Amino acid sequence: MKLHEYQSKRIFAQYGVPIPRGDVATTPVQARQIAARLGKRVVIKSQVLVGGRGKAGGIRLADHPDEAERVADQILGMNIKGLTVKKVLVDEAADISKEIYLGIVIDRARRRPVMMASAEGGIEIEEVARATPERIIRLEIDPFLGLQAYQGRELAYGIGLSKDLVRDFAKIAQGLYQAFVQSDASLAEINPLVVTGDGKLLAVDGKMLLDDNGLFRHFELAEMRDADEETAEEQEARRHGLSYVKLDGEIGCMVNGAGLAMATMDIIKLHGGEPANFLDIGGGAQADKVAAALRIILSDPNVKGVLFNIFGGITRCDEVARGIREALAEVPTTVPMVARLVGTNEEEGRQILAEAKMITAATLSEAAQNAVAAARGEL
Amino acid sequence: MSILVNKDTRLLVQGITGREGEFHTRQMQEYGTNVVAGVTPGKGGGWVSGIPVFDTVHEAVDVTEANASIIYVPARFAAEAVLEAADAGIKLVVCITEGIPVLDMIRVRAYLDCRDTRLIGPNCPGIITPGEAKVGIMPGHIHTPGPVGVVSRSGTLTYEVVHALTEKGVGQSTAIGIGGDPIIGTDFIDVLRLFEGDPQTRQVVLIGEIGGTDEQRAAEYIAQHMSKPVTAFIAGQTAPPGKRMGHAGAIIEGGEGTAAEKIAAFEAVGVRVAKHPGEIASLVTEFV
Repeated sequence: MKLHEYQSKRIFAQYGVPIPRGDVATTPVQARQIAARLGKRVVIKSQVLVGGRGKAGGIRLADHPDEAERVADQILGMNIKGLTVKKVLVDEAADISKEIYLGIVIDRARRRPVMMASAEGGIEIEEVARATPERIIRLEIDPFLGLQAYQGRELAYGIGLSKDLVRDFAKIAQGLYQAFVQSDASLAEINPLVVTGDGKLLAVDGKMLLDDNGLFRHFELAEMRDADEETAEEQEARRHGLSYVKLDGEIGCMVNGAGLAMATMDIIKLHGGEPANFLDIGGGAQADKVAAALRIILSDPNVKGVLFNIFGGITRCDEVARGIREALAEVPTTVPMVARLVGTNEEEGRQILAEAKMITAATLSEAAQNAVAAARGEL
Repeated sequence: MSILVNKDTRLLVQGITGREGEFHTRQMQEYGTNVVAGVTPGKGGGWVSGIPVFDTVHEAVDVTEANASIIYVPARFAAEAVLEAADAGIKLVVCITEGIPVLDMIRVRAYLDCRDTRLIGPNCPGIITPGEAKVGIMPGHIHTPGPVGVVSRSGTLTYEVVHALTEKGVGQSTAIGIGGDPIIGTDFIDVLRLFEGDPQTRQVVLIGEIGGTDEQRAAEYIAQHMSKPVTAFIAGQTAPPGKRMGHAGAIIEGGEGTAAEKIAAFEAVGVRVAKHPGEIASLVTEFV
């Protein structure tokens, strides 16, 4: 789950990371009031869950409350990479003399959280990693000991921070680590962490990704989810316990198991088609879940054919077939469908689908070829 | 021979009184696995499918001498269940549970690294040595004893491949699902090392997917240490970056973990990579 900048920074602040004064506005008038209250030059920042807000014109300065209202009016409602801006953060503009990067990610190969710092702040860290990897300092964090102050100092010296800021920097690093751990985050990033004109450290931008699997113990964080993070179909799928990702192709697919679902997408491509989605119905799916899955697939207007690939183990082929039949009764469609059912109760399943006049196939390869041909109207 | 589980496996089921735990306990018994104990805190003294239930793993091990454990408990309790099994001295723990928080698994793995316990999973189908023991949720009947070791990050995709092998008359020494999470207890290299040392295993099938760099490290290991042929398949060539494809670990992040780079890593060290799952069985039969 992604958090907005303002949400991330508020969490950081709870752990002692200094952030600019500011507040969130959903209307231009609110933006004006916040700017008036701050009584200084402000920066108005669109809150959308994509990168590149600045380049898209979604981050702008305003010198006085009137201008803040005007700018907020322009930014609110703006479309940034397909997302509509519904909120802006109005922050006191910082007097920036230096920009630093500080972040924590989970390093899968090392199986540890890793903290990274760089003197090249303000640009994407992936960019720095590509162009000047030697400018990034990394250190592993022991999951039992947590981030030690000396590690924070090592990072500070490593990026050439002036000596009088080292202690504050180490405190911020430890605060960021606490925010990361206490929120079950998979990423926590301050970019940039700025050195202000009067020589203080300030987190002017923040980003957090949370581990969905950890949300059960963070009710207050789970509440922060922005519905715009997912498409309507993805939300619907999540409600039914389905794993669904929309893609741009024309062949919808419904599969049990994530690995098999990916392999099914791949084989569609191998035979000249493009998958319209990833969809895993999970293990032991019942008919109603299958029906919901089919409705979601068919709600995509690009879909010209549907491929069912079910390997029955715990999941019973006849149960899936009944679900497909049930869904077809509810959602009449002319989209051609190809089914390949193997494993537990495959005979019963095939019989049910044959009655529904569905194209069947014995192997995955054959099923994919049929689906591609059917989508082109060649079958 | 085989790896990790066999006729001598004395299995303990953690979460045996739950719906999943009870169902799969019966399935494993039907396959011939020697299930000796179950654990559910608060349900000690009861019985499930003829198996005594204990309150703690320590007690279950003391009484039944269980030497392996399988975990079906819900995600919020599963990490702790692994620790309890390790603390009771169990040498092999298989965790089926999906949805354990990553930071929990980091701590569990760090703890296990200092102990003599091997964890398989989490978020995996388990492990089976055909004809001897099934410690997992895979359909047992599709397997048959033979010379091919199978290791995979996936569940049903593995069944698909095993089924095709069996249909071609090619049996398996042991088939093991290592799990679809970003942090797991046993990785490809661990299993490759075990297969290399197992006399029954004459070749290996490795099924990977997008996300992380475990396959790339496996390729390096194969180049340096494996004498047995390996056939690979990587799922997710059409997966878009930044999207989690069902498994928590199946995600291309920061441009890293694509199927293309994994396939290239294998091909660079002479591992044959199947274009689709159906091709794996035919590639394997060339070596039999």
